[in-house]
Amino acid sequence: MSFLIDTLAWLSDPANWVGAGGIPTRLAQHLLFTLVTLVIAAAIAVPIGFLIGHTGRGRGFAVATSGAFRAIPTLGLLTLVALWVGIGLNAPYVALTVLAIPPILAGAYTGFEAVDRKVIDAARAVGMSEAQIVLKVELPLGLPLLIGGLRSATLQVVATATLAAYVADFGLGRYLFAGLRTRDYGEMLGGSILVILLAIVLEGVFALVQKLVVPRGVTAGLPTDIPGGSSRSRPVMESTIEEGNSNVHST
Amino acid sequence: MIEFHSVTKRFPDGTLAVDDFSLALPSHKTTVFVGTSGSGKTTLLRMINRMVDPTSGSIDIDGADIGTLEPVQLRRGIGYVMQNSGLLPHRRVVDNVATVPMLRGTPKRKAREEALVLLDTVGLDRSLANRYPNQLSGGQQQRVGVARGLAVNPNILLMDEPFGAVDPIVRAELQQELLRLQRELGKTVVFVTHDIDEAFLLGDRVVILRTGGKVAQVGTPAEILANPIDEFVATFVGADRGKRSLHVENRGDGDIVVDGTGRLAGVLVGSRSPTASSTVGTGESKAGPRGPGAPAQGGDSR
Repeated sequence: MSFLIDTLAWLSDPANWVGAGGIPTRLAQHLLFTLVTLVIAAAIAVPIGFLIGHTGRGRGFAVATSGAFRAIPTLGLLTLVALWVGIGLNAPYVALTVLAIPPILAGAYTGFEAVDRKVIDAARAVGMSEAQIVLKVELPLGLPLLIGGLRSATLQVVATATLAAYVADFGLGRYLFAGLRTRDYGEMLGGSILVILLAIVLEGVFALVQKLVVPRGVTAGLPTDIPGGSSRSRPVMESTIEEGNSNVHST
Repeated sequence: MIEFHSVTKRFPDGTLAVDDFSLALPSHKTTVFVGTSGSGKTTLLRMINRMVDPTSGSIDIDGADIGTLEPVQLRRGIGYVMQNSGLLPHRRVVDNVATVPMLRGTPKRKAREEALVLLDTVGLDRSLANRYPNQLSGGQQQRVGVARGLAVNPNILLMDEPFGAVDPIVRAELQQELLRLQRELGKTVVFVTHDIDEAFLLGDRVVILRTGGKVAQVGTPAEILANPIDEFVATFVGADRGKRSLHVENRGDGDIVVDGTGRLAGVLVGSRSPTASSTVGTGESKAGPRGPGAPAQGGDSR
């Protein structure tokens, strides 16, 4: 129980909420670090994923590579890179980018692959260039799965970004490492709670974004699109009757 | 005018889809490619807008070799209607129709206004303009597909089994709509189907293909029906089975017209006498005395 009291005491201590080592500063650092890592990882993984999804080539290679990437222990990679490039933020950026690439890559190419081939064929046949097919057809239709990939990458990075404090005085992980060293479990638990809260907030944001990016036409008319309960059956009924009517006129 | 000059297409897996195909398709007429699966009919169609490039030979449109044209620009000038409509599911009906004009640089407002007019043309209510394709019935989606094909006011309209995925009643309705449209617009239509009745109904000229993209017979529906060139064509059009021969049977309370397979084709009105059946023999030419209101069986009644 004393853990919890210590934690509450640590979290409510005004001294921990100000200055360079204060919670707001470290929270902002943590968030910034997560964001930059995701941007780097996305800049690498999204174009590759789109290329694989668009051409249908290199899928096996991508699956194998992401599998291998996933198997790399982040702490081990972090230590290795840190030994090579030295103490600082470079090593965590590299290690966490490697962590973030597989889910984003998978999201990007599965998103593209999920688009109906007939729709793409029709888009090409009416005169869309390859770039227009990517931007106007595959991207909007594949976006929900891409965002899903980003979402899972974000969760992993925001939690694992605590490791950045292993080689740099940076982010919320600092409280974990400092608390461990001084056996201040209140500080450790407090830091962990902050990371968890941040992860939950980001998860909520992504859940919302993922819902928003599903094109309306894709959900329209599907059984899931039942705002009023019975709106599904109505358009179907209407259209049936219209077909019948025009049939009468034309004969 | 679309001209095929010794066109051959062999796919990378070795399949010979089209073999030394030469034909001129007249302008402002409907030419129907009909054949079974693997007869290369869709490949022939897709070569006209360079969705498929021939292995050898060339295709000219109005004297210009399309092999020298840029595919994307070529496709934007040719209407294309496919099975299952191929509409973009994330765009509204009106935007689907306006897609190609906007690719060609027409301002959005103008393209949308013209799209609404096209919905009228294909017999769709304007209230459907803001729906998404998934909210439409199969027949309505197919009409939107035709409207999109017409959106750039192309000279050539390519139709790849456009009515293959709708039910028979809606199909018959769409076929009549296409005949009406064609009377009004006079496009050069190239139509692909595996349904010989559909081919005879819609085609000014019908090209019957056999496996491997070889022409079995080219002609008007009447020419082909009257003189099938060989066994293959005769079987394909159903002449040998007597499918198209009609005869009259008396069923007690009146005379009915029955086709070669024993299916009811119509009712003979005005002759209640049992002796009437003896005056009407079998054969296509005797289908004349069918009464008004007799349910015609599509192409069978030609």
